[in-house]
Amino acid sequence: MQVTSKNFRTKAAEALLDEDLRAAMGRAEGGFVDTRKRAIDELANFQEYREFARNTKNHVLAHLDGYLTQFENNVMASGGQVHWASNGEEVNRIVLDICRRPGISKIAKGKSMVSEEFALNAGLEAAGLEVVETDLGEYIIQLAEETPSHIIAPAVHKTKQAVTDLFEEHHSQAGYPRVVERLDIVSQARQVLRDHFCTADVGITGGNFLIADTGSIALITNEGNGDLTANLPDIHVVVTSIEKVIPNMQALGGFLRLLGRSATGQIMSVYTTLFNGPRRIDDLDGPREFHVVLVDNGRSEILGSQFQDILRCIKCGACMNHCPVYTSIGGHAYGWVYPGPMGSVLTPLMVGQKNAPDLPYACTLNGRCKTVCPVMIPLPELLREHRNNLVEMGEAKSMQKWGMRLWYQVARKPALYSMMAGLYVLKLNMFARLISAFRRGSFQYIPLLGAWTSTRDFPVPQTTTFQTQWKKRRCHD
Amino acid sequence: MNGSSSTRKSEQVALLVTCLSDLFRPQIAHAAVELIEKFGYRVDVPKQTCCGQPAYNAGEEGKTRILAESMISLFEPYRYVIAPSGSCAATIKEHYPGLFHEGSSRHGQCMRLVEKTHELSGFLVDVVKADLEQKKSSFDDGPLRIAYHDSCSGLRELGIRSQPRKLLKDRLGIDISEMSNSEVCCGFGGMFCVKYPEISTSMVDSKIDGIEDAEAEVLLGGDLGCLMNIAGRLRRLGSKTRVYHYAEFLTDSGPGPAIGYRK
Repeated sequence: MQVTSKNFRTKAAEALLDEDLRAAMGRAEGGFVDTRKRAIDELANFQEYREFARNTKNHVLAHLDGYLTQFENNVMASGGQVHWASNGEEVNRIVLDICRRPGISKIAKGKSMVSEEFALNAGLEAAGLEVVETDLGEYIIQLAEETPSHIIAPAVHKTKQAVTDLFEEHHSQAGYPRVVERLDIVSQARQVLRDHFCTADVGITGGNFLIADTGSIALITNEGNGDLTANLPDIHVVVTSIEKVIPNMQALGGFLRLLGRSATGQIMSVYTTLFNGPRRIDDLDGPREFHVVLVDNGRSEILGSQFQDILRCIKCGACMNHCPVYTSIGGHAYGWVYPGPMGSVLTPLMVGQKNAPDLPYACTLNGRCKTVCPVMIPLPELLREHRNNLVEMGEAKSMQKWGMRLWYQVARKPALYSMMAGLYVLKLNMFARLISAFRRGSFQYIPLLGAWTSTRDFPVPQTTTFQTQWKKRRCHD
Repeated sequence: MNGSSSTRKSEQVALLVTCLSDLFRPQIAHAAVELIEKFGYRVDVPKQTCCGQPAYNAGEEGKTRILAESMISLFEPYRYVIAPSGSCAATIKEHYPGLFHEGSSRHGQCMRLVEKTHELSGFLVDVVKADLEQKKSSFDDGPLRIAYHDSCSGLRELGIRSQPRKLLKDRLGIDISEMSNSEVCCGFGGMFCVKYPEISTSMVDSKIDGIEDAEAEVLLGGDLGCLMNIAGRLRRLGSKTRVYHYAEFLTDSGPGPAIGYRK
């Protein structure tokens, strides 16, 4: 996917003016937050599960090579093939090699955020293959020629009206009527997609967890599209990333308790499926070929770095659902695959800090994301680490750099600070009298502080600082 | 007011004024001093600058460390260090330790400061276990509807939530009219509010939706940065809701003009 994170400011400003987007985000935020809270409150030992999940992921990351090898061996033992891809180009080539044979023309695709990293669909389409997204949200944005704006609800930014119009535009030639009601929309999508499932030659899905000691892929969906994508076509290709491996089924149980609750407030998502290799001789159905593409794409560089904690992420989306910045501007402003807090940590690591200079700063460090993260990723601390790195690399914006230097020179010398602070409040107070802000008690404009005063008043200070007043009081005592 | 004041005389408390209160709202620091003195502590205000929070959040760890070192030395002689701000107290308590090598003497000194630093309401409720004497409400026209904004650092890093509510209840009989979004960031975020003014304004507008839904005539909170942000936006939108630091409400004389008002 093309990186447009450099345009964060412009795109955020545009998003704030988009009434449809704001309406859609407002509804989604309320729903996600309330339902998650109810589901978490029911789980008495939520904190214990979080610690279990964090510890399990940390353990796996410390022994990633061993677990991946174990996983690979067990996939092969059940008749599957494993492909290792160090970057997006390699993934696209591997998947194309699998698909480029006579008789293959249509690919059904389950939701896979990993595949968005390197625009797998575009690569396949360029080779003349038809790709149909089968997750309803992904299908909607495929029709709209957009990218996902949320990792579990890719079309969260779309209103019902927009979907009605899109479906009419794309389905009417095939004789489908215009649908307005929610259920009718879903039902029409189901009919259209059913045909694609039955005629697809290859099914591509992601994988939520890779279970090392059985070689299974755990795929979790709410629509069942993943199962149809995986089981009806003759070839099933799983495109997934290396940090998703976990030791065993017991660990899976722990993660499943966290994932559905954190993501959508469900105790379990509707479909939890384990795939183990291709159809066996006496199986009645299932794919004849089973491929797993294990994608690195920069993850092994994060491993062992100060950002390793982000590799624990199980992509539940709770951090963005609870982020007041994300819910104000939506996901597209972030400019790449992963938005919100986890995206602001991950994107600079995967696309380069220079290509996403705003993301580490576009956060108030309010910490709400950290309190809901099921694997206890210290997201605000990691964003601060990015800021530390940018300062060390000399990448901080010069205005900020000089402002900070000036402030620091004053703040480290109490006498100078006291003088400057006294002077500052006195000048502001005098300025207030001059422009008649004094009677109001607040400024509506202050030179150099337009970013504040363009939308907010600023209080007129007293003529002296507290410390000066205190010194006087002590003299009088 | 309380029986043990004489025993506390020797325990000197230093006030961490906080830059914003020093510059823009001395009333808050005065109120904090009054409240701490009520319990027999001697309050001192050693000449101070900033805890370093702006530098820390900007990714300037080196500069923060130097400012932290002077704060550590400055407050060494005191029994307690009290800040009328959750974010300044949290900078010391949560983030100073990571600036120094564990086992170094600086780190040891730092941990002593961490131990004795408290946010004002946390100190009064959890440490002093204050029983504030009930004061006759100074609001003649009947009780006000008062909402409370839980500033993020105090809430999530220090667990400040019930403490200011208890003080307001004990002292003034105030029951907070809770906002559904009391725990959501107001969009201040230090430099964030001037780096991304549009996003910040959208966030404070969401906060104001919560204030309006709660039909609050007064909004209280414990961090002046957030309060200036919310008060400034309310004022600009022509709202009648007034904003104060909770400490201003707890003093004997009660609050003066609201933030951004002259009377």
